[in-house]
Amino acid sequence: MTTSSISRRDLMTTTVAIAGLSVTPALSQEEGSGALLFEGRPDIAFRVNGVDHRLSLDARVTLLDLLRERLHLTGTKKGCNFGECGACTVHLDGRRVNACMVLAASLDGREVTTIEGLASGDKLHPVQQAFIDHDGLQCGFCTPGQVMSATALIAEGHAGSDAEIREWMSGNLCRCSAYPQIVDAVRAAASSKVGSAG
Amino acid sequence: MHSFSFARAASLPDVLAAGAQPQTMFLAGGTELLNWMRLGIVSPERIVDIGRVEGLDRIEPLPDGALRIGALVRLNDAAQHEAVMRDYPVLSQAILKAASPQLRNLATIGGNPAQRTRCAYFRSEDKLPCNKREPGSGCSALHGINDRHAIFGWTEACVAVQPADPPVALAALDAVFVTEHRDGGRRIPATEFHTLPDKRPQDHNVLRRGELITAIELPAPAHRSAYLKIRERESYEFATVSAAAALEMDGSTIRRARIALGSVAHRPWRLKAAEERLAGIGIGDRAALRAAIEASFTDARPLSHNAYKIPLAKNAALRVIETAARMPS
Repeated sequence: MTTSSISRRDLMTTTVAIAGLSVTPALSQEEGSGALLFEGRPDIAFRVNGVDHRLSLDARVTLLDLLRERLHLTGTKKGCNFGECGACTVHLDGRRVNACMVLAASLDGREVTTIEGLASGDKLHPVQQAFIDHDGLQCGFCTPGQVMSATALIAEGHAGSDAEIREWMSGNLCRCSAYPQIVDAVRAAASSKVGSAG
Repeated sequence: MHSFSFARAASLPDVLAAGAQPQTMFLAGGTELLNWMRLGIVSPERIVDIGRVEGLDRIEPLPDGALRIGALVRLNDAAQHEAVMRDYPVLSQAILKAASPQLRNLATIGGNPAQRTRCAYFRSEDKLPCNKREPGSGCSALHGINDRHAIFGWTEACVAVQPADPPVALAALDAVFVTEHRDGGRRIPATEFHTLPDKRPQDHNVLRRGELITAIELPAPAHRSAYLKIRERESYEFATVSAAAALEMDGSTIRRARIALGSVAHRPWRLKAAEERLAGIGIGDRAALRAAIEASFTDARPLSHNAYKIPLAKNAALRVIETAARMPS
C-alpha cells in the first residue's frame, strides 16, 4: 500500500502542528515591570534525555505539550491534563513530577528524563523488563507514567512493603486495573536492586 | 488557556515589585495555578516564576526549639525532613496524606495553604452560579449536591470547605505564616489565614494582592501529635473529614490539647470549647473525651446531604486524640 510510508503518528503530529498554528496568538510583545522582563515567548535552554535543547515557546506551553508536540517524544502520555492521572510522569532534575503541571518556560537550565531516556540502547531498563515479566499492563496507555513513577519510587526507598509500594504508586491511575501486577513488577524490580533513571 | 507573559525572578524585591502590579500572579509549584487558568478561575496577564528566588527553600531551627520552613520547600521534602518527622509528626503525616508523590514533588509548603476549595461548582468547566467565581451569582451547592461541604461557619453565600491537609496540621500547631509585601510583611496565625464566607464569600484567604508567604514558622515541638484523614479511598483522595491533634500530657492525663478539623469549614476548624474541657481528662476516660468533644459541636449545622459529617467528625476527633497520646514524647 502506498500510504504505509506515512505512520499514524506522523499524520497525527502534522495535524496537531497545523491546529497549533491556527490557535497560537502572536504574543511577541515584551513589557517591563520593575526589574523583570515579561515575555510572551520566553527562551529556554534545557536538557532532555541527555540532549540539550534551546527553544523559544509560548508562555502557556506545558512540559507535557513541549515533549510531545515540539520534541516528538510521544512516550509521555496526556491523560487528564489536570495532574490527576499520572500518565505524564517524567523525572525533573531526578524527581518524578506530572509534566502537565509544569510550565515549560520555568525549565531553563533544568534536566528532564522521559520514558524514551530510560533504556540503554535496545536493552530495557530493569523496571521496564519487570513490567513485561509480570504483565504489569493491559492497554499500556498509563505504562510510561507507571514505569517512570516506579523507577523514582525505588530510588526514593519507598518499596519496603506492598502497602508502601501501593501508597507511593497511588499517583498513577490504571483504568485497566493492572494494580496487583504493577505491585508485583515494582517489588521484583526493587528486590533486584535497580535504581533510578540515572 | 488564555495568553499571558512570563518572567523569572531571582530576588524577593523583584518578586514583590512585580506582584504589586494588577493582573499578576506568582508561580511556585504550579499545581494549582495551572488548573485555575485551565478552568478560567483566574486569567492573569503576567506570571512571575518565583521558583528560583534565593533563600526560600531552607528548613532552619529557630531559638526556643521553633522551626522555620521556607515557602519554596517542596511538600515531600518538608514531610520527610528529620526535624519535621521527629518534632511535628502531625505535619509530616498530613503532608504525606495529601495529593500524590508526583504532585508533592512540585507543590510547595508556602503555596499549599493557598489551594482553593474543591467544590465542584466552583471548579466547574461550565460556569455555574458560585459566589466565589462570580460574586452575587449565588451558591449552587446550598441547595445542590453538598455532601462534601461545610458543617461549620457557612453562610447562604458559600458552603464550601478548605480542602488541603497541611493547613489543618498547621492550625493545630499554632503555626505562623510569614509574609512579605512591597509595603511590608506580616505574621498571620495559621488559624486566621483562611477567611469565612460571612463578609466576602469570593475570598479564600487574607492575602492581599502582591503579598507572598515566604516562610512558615512552627512553635515548640509537638511530639505527641497526629493526623487522621478519612476519605473514600485509601490514598490520593481529598478528605471527607480530617482531624489533627497536638497534646501535652502529664502521665496519662491531658495537660493541654489543640484539635483542628479539616474539610468541615472554610478554614481549619479549631475545637476551642473541647480543648478547654480536655485539659485534666485522663486519656483512658473515653466518655469524658467524648463529652468534651461534644462541646464544640453545639454550633454545627448540617446541609441537606452532609449530616453524616457530624458523627464522623466527632469520632475522628476522638480517634486522633487517642492516637496522638500514644506517640512517643
